[in-house]
Amino acid sequence: MAETSAENLKTTPLYERHMNANGRMVPFGGYSLPVQYPSGIMTEHKWCREHAGLFDVSHMGPSFLLLNNPSGDAEADHAAVAAIIEPLICGDIAGLKPGQIRYTLLLNETGGTIDDLMVGRSPVDGGALYIVVNAGTKDGDFARIEAAAGDKAKLTRADGDNALLALQGPEAVAVMSALAPGAEQLGFMQYAAFDFADQQIIVARSGYTGEDGFEILVPNANAPELWDALLADDRVKPIGLGARDSLRLEAGLPLYGHDLDETISPTEADLGFAVSKRRREAADFPGAARILAEREGALSRIRVGLIVDGAPAREGAEILDASGTAIGVVTSGGFAPSLGKAIALGFVPPAYAEHGSKLQVSVRGRAQPAEVVPTPFVPHRYFRKPKAS
Amino acid sequence: MTTKFTPDHEYIRVEGSTGIVGITPFAQEALGDIVFVELPAVGKVLKKGDEAAVVESVKAASEIYAPVSGTVTEINDELTGNPGLINADPEAGGWIYKIAIADAAELDGLLDSDAYAELTL
Repeated sequence: MAETSAENLKTTPLYERHMNANGRMVPFGGYSLPVQYPSGIMTEHKWCREHAGLFDVSHMGPSFLLLNNPSGDAEADHAAVAAIIEPLICGDIAGLKPGQIRYTLLLNETGGTIDDLMVGRSPVDGGALYIVVNAGTKDGDFARIEAAAGDKAKLTRADGDNALLALQGPEAVAVMSALAPGAEQLGFMQYAAFDFADQQIIVARSGYTGEDGFEILVPNANAPELWDALLADDRVKPIGLGARDSLRLEAGLPLYGHDLDETISPTEADLGFAVSKRRREAADFPGAARILAEREGALSRIRVGLIVDGAPAREGAEILDASGTAIGVVTSGGFAPSLGKAIALGFVPPAYAEHGSKLQVSVRGRAQPAEVVPTPFVPHRYFRKPKAS
Repeated sequence: MTTKFTPDHEYIRVEGSTGIVGITPFAQEALGDIVFVELPAVGKVLKKGDEAAVVESVKAASEIYAPVSGTVTEINDELTGNPGLINADPEAGGWIYKIAIADAAELDGLLDSDAYAELTL
């Protein structure tokens, strides 16, 4: 990837497309990316909720972990590659079916979160995982995984030679299946390879907006062509980082570096579902002692959703109890375009975390009412395949 | 009637001893969709450069400073229900507050429209 000399920012293969669309470019995770296009964050946000939004997420860290000496027995090879990554994370990777993806967390020895990531089992090859990590943490994550792999497996970064696109929204499936017939057959959190312009692209039915949609890994050389082909459909508009953030906030999804960091455990982040049952029962993941004790009630803080009355409470705003005593802090907050009001994620002691709990947030020194509500703030609309009977 | 500007992209339209303060079209464009406006209290005494109001876009909060010293005489209550007025019509319907100018000489230190236009080229 090219680097711009001024700020040493990397660009993605879609940089010219963003410039041509008058995207307002900002530095983000070491890359120059559009925070919005001329239509603005509000319009882009609502378009994605109603139609389909196209995002350049090439700053993220896609990679493949491949067993060096596969036996040829697909199940044994999968077990072997799962055994490499599992000691770093709290998810059940051994139990993934071919083509299945799991959201999981990379943890440190004290149960704090080094990153949140997606791990998928190859739909075709034994002993192969598809792993996507966050932009800001990717170098450290990859180094950890490589160290764990030793000479048993090889980690191949896919972030330099490929672009990663996300197509999200209720009309995404119709658009995607027109370009990659069969993509509509994928269930939520499944992936497969498809042909596009005589190249292989990887299409995953996943995303971070709360909507149905896809994330697509495409070689750099074909990325602009795929971008254009998706935008040629009237149902699709490009969406910048601003609306990406407001969409994920409404979906109640944590953002690494804000709602998750190396001190925050999965239990505290209310991501208990990401600690798979098998791993929990075996207590064989980093920080298991702390995390299992927290599950039993030894928890000092938990992530909650807040609806805020008045000005948006941004990251760093104090959360107060009804009498004005500081009890916690906002970790992400802003305006929810779909709801027309301010929302926030933050951490409070469990005693204050009950839905309906009346709290306050301090914005510019003034206390404003805030109520604990269930998340997501806007219901998820992921595509769940009906269970075969 | 004359309009002056600050390097922080506030304007003050002077009508007699009163100034009408808002943000420029350039500023509203840069901020994007405005979703909340925190207005000053009527009667508040401001010194030049004091924080007078806050406008919030989807992404961030931005302070609006007093271009000159004075006392707030009126606020644009319409912005409470319709903050997007600042985007739609920053120079007229999207005004933020009116100030009784304490020292008209302070206006001389502000930018005229040519100097402001130069700044935002």
